[in-house]
Amino acid sequence: MAEVLLPRKMEIPNDPSKFGSPDPLHVLAVDDSHVDRKFIERLLRVSSCKVTVVDSATRALQYLGLDVEEKSVGFEDLKVNLIMTDYSMPGMTGYELLKKIKESSAFRQVPVVIMSSENILPRIDRCLEEGAEDFLLKPVKLSDVKRLRDSLMKVEDLSFTKSIQKRELETENVYPVHSQLKRAKI
Amino acid sequence: MDALIAQLQRQFRDYTISLYQQGFLDDQFTELKKLQDDGSPDFVAEVLTLFFEDCVKLISNMARALDKTTGTVDFSQVGASVHQLKGSSSSVGAKRVKALCVSFKEYCEAKNYEGCVRCLQQVDIEYKALKTKLQDMFNLEKQIIQAGGRVPQVDIN
Repeated sequence: MAEVLLPRKMEIPNDPSKFGSPDPLHVLAVDDSHVDRKFIERLLRVSSCKVTVVDSATRALQYLGLDVEEKSVGFEDLKVNLIMTDYSMPGMTGYELLKKIKESSAFRQVPVVIMSSENILPRIDRCLEEGAEDFLLKPVKLSDVKRLRDSLMKVEDLSFTKSIQKRELETENVYPVHSQLKRAKI
Repeated sequence: MDALIAQLQRQFRDYTISLYQQGFLDDQFTELKKLQDDGSPDFVAEVLTLFFEDCVKLISNMARALDKTTGTVDFSQVGASVHQLKGSSSSVGAKRVKALCVSFKEYCEAKNYEGCVRCLQQVDIEYKALKTKLQDMFNLEKQIIQAGGRVPQVDIN
């Protein structure tokens, strides 16, 4: 006799937003200038992002767990959606930070945006070649941040949508024959 | 009280416009004001405070680097501080300070000692002048609020 699988009480509402909206984007901002840190933090907060600000590339690596030689893996559970870094910083530059991030397994997928007060084409090219998502001229505009956020939100929405669809598929496996659940229209 | 508020608001508006017209401030300052709201009412004042702290620190660095009594002048060191000041002034809309930094940077690159010393003196005067002007502007804001009014949005154009 087949075992009857008692269905778990699973409520699948038609409205996907009942799962809760996607988390706000978490941005790590790196700049040695106190003025610019304050400014970028405000730009990001006004754009509904969660912000972590650090004053050097070294501190950024510490935050990401990439500072220890053996651990070029990084903190796997840390969710950072975007890294915005100044180019010219004492010690390690934004370019060097970009390279380290792209070498790490945990964070190489995270878009890195370089900010600079100087419009130097070879510099821009070098950064883009190394995998920078974008290169922004300082002072950064609110419209720049909004544009970045919107393009990233699309990616987040896509993965959020996929996680809803995955949840639905799992539900169908629980109710193999009796799936009378309406698929949520996304 | 209303007449007082209206008068203060007019003074504030005129004063703010004059700061732009005289080249003390540029569009970036306007952008800073846009980022201020009831939730962060002191944002502009806070950023400007950081900027003036930067001015003190960087100008002191430049003076030290330009001090011939300690040995030969390291123009790249002077230039590094000028670059930082140029960045900060650009970020807050301090138009005259930024323009001075542009000239200052050129003198550094040309290793022109007299030019650098002149720029150092001017940048010191300029940031202090801006600081005084902005303090007067913030005071007017305070007076408007204390009188029960709202600080008007000033349309520069």
